[in-house]
Amino acid sequence: MAASDFTASLTPPIPATTSAPRSAISELLHDKAAAIGLAFILLIVFLALFAPLVAPYDPAAQSIMARLKPPVWMARGTWEHLLGTDNLGRDVLSRIIWGARATLTIGAVTCLLAATLGTVVGLWAGFIGGRTDSVLMRLVDIQVSFPGILLILLVVAVLGPGVWTLVAVLSVTNWMVYARLVRGIVSSTRQTPYVEAAEVIGCRPARVIFRHILPNIVSPLLTLAILEFTNIVLAEAAVSFLGFGVQPPATSWGLDVASGRDYLFIAWWLVTFPGLAIVVTVLSINLFANWLRVTTDPEEREKRFARAETAKRRRARRRVGA
Amino acid sequence: MLEFIVRRLFQGILVVFGVTATVFVVTRLVGDPVALMLPLSATEAQRAAFAQQIGLDQPIVTQFLRFVGDIATLDFGNSLWQRRPAIEVVFERLPNTLLLIAAGLGAAVMLSIPLGAVSALRPGGLVDRLTMSVGLLGLAMPQFWLGLVAIVIFAVTLKWLPTSGMGTAAHLVLPALTLSLTPLARFTMMVRASMIDELNKPYVKTARAKGLGLTRILRVHTLRNILVPFLSISGWELISTLSGYTVVVETVFAWPGLGLTAVQAIQRGDLFLMQAIVFVIAFLIVLIGIVLDILSKAVDPRMELN
Repeated sequence: MAASDFTASLTPPIPATTSAPRSAISELLHDKAAAIGLAFILLIVFLALFAPLVAPYDPAAQSIMARLKPPVWMARGTWEHLLGTDNLGRDVLSRIIWGARATLTIGAVTCLLAATLGTVVGLWAGFIGGRTDSVLMRLVDIQVSFPGILLILLVVAVLGPGVWTLVAVLSVTNWMVYARLVRGIVSSTRQTPYVEAAEVIGCRPARVIFRHILPNIVSPLLTLAILEFTNIVLAEAAVSFLGFGVQPPATSWGLDVASGRDYLFIAWWLVTFPGLAIVVTVLSINLFANWLRVTTDPEEREKRFARAETAKRRRARRRVGA
Repeated sequence: MLEFIVRRLFQGILVVFGVTATVFVVTRLVGDPVALMLPLSATEAQRAAFAQQIGLDQPIVTQFLRFVGDIATLDFGNSLWQRRPAIEVVFERLPNTLLLIAAGLGAAVMLSIPLGAVSALRPGGLVDRLTMSVGLLGLAMPQFWLGLVAIVIFAVTLKWLPTSGMGTAAHLVLPALTLSLTPLARFTMMVRASMIDELNKPYVKTARAKGLGLTRILRVHTLRNILVPFLSISGWELISTLSGYTVVVETVFAWPGLGLTAVQAIQRGDLFLMQAIVFVIAFLIVLIGIVLDILSKAVDPRMELN
């Protein structure tokens, strides 16, 4: 009898396990900005995945008859081209949908490569420590002080512009932040009792790393990768705008802004809409990532809770005063 | 302190050496400078002569030593485009870039402290929500797009300011403001976050309990405490402005600085000029890093130097 009481007290209360995802969703809905951000992210991912089905036109299809048509709500606009057409008669909306594909692909591949490289280096440096650690971290210090975009431009100038050159260069110039983060977490978790215990009972290094240390890294790494994703999107757009990134006939939002620049004074929509696509993408990701960062960090959660309480009390006081 | 400066200088030299090695590998081993710099119509003999002139026929080690020696004496070769020493072009354009950065980052620093402080005094209030919304937008807007939109609104439609180029003070306004928005957003968010943390600390409550006015608490205690993180974040922004933002903003506004020159150099295949620009910027970045570390130490004597 006493034994079954004991096991009963050990089993976790059932709601805690079943409602974990549901409570995350309700928490997300509580933060309206983050929920809207996530909705936009899902929309953009959907457009990118199903671009051939969703886009009304081929993004490269030119039409002399339909050059520089304004968006539908303007005097000369037509329902055939919702966001108008460019100087070659290409449909702006279709180009933005296909551009989402280019932007997300470059961003995702670059983030994945940079995060993998950075995590491996960070784990290595943090786990082995000593001289390896100081050499690797010195390397990180040195590379962090490299002149970012300028060096990218130099490499692209030598190798010739192109999507894969850009991905390679952006990954090589962005891995350091991940290495720093991972290394910091690894060297602090190595000293915790449970990792020491695992080492004492004779776990192999691989098991210690993958079973005991890696789970601590996942959440901060994910948050960092999402925030870094926006940096990659902005960098890709800037390099493509300068003409050294994605090359025509491929599409990219940065490239479209650059080609619309010559028609800035007669066709404002060519520059405005691809630019807005970038703004909306980055803004949505930032809103969502901010929520994710606060939600997954216990210290931040506490701060947020305290802030909400203070605001509630202030409101209550004001109501009493009025 | 002296030991720290020496160690920091040594690290700076390592950075410059790292940049040198990277540029060497990229330009000489991965790419082909002859094909890049000579026109397609160049004859085989011309190509060979050019290769010999820049030392491509030598062994790799000799090439690298010569490369390092040239850089140490600030000899980057002649710019193919301008037909004069590349370093001359760099020093001619550099002041324009520095002027733009001073105006842009200066505006960001001056606006961010009051904006961040006022937002922090009442988190969730009207000013705070407005500032945060504009800040989030500022972080999401690519500078080239912001610049073009600003040209359409303020130069073309309202005709208040010139569209591009350099000359009068009015020419500086749009590029400087475009450059300042991203750093302004980052600074303001940082000031706000650290102010909220500081204002909740016990010493502020003690000061208030003793009857000190809010402005005095801010001025004497709180702002001084956030100065160190502010210094380091503004250093980072200065570095990313120098090595990235200016390229885009100068291109949009045809501002004759180093960034625009870099883009023009690449378009003309002028490798020597591009190398000179990369080195001068790398050198400046290292210098800024060292100055910042020393400044932080001077502001906060508690900080450990290593």
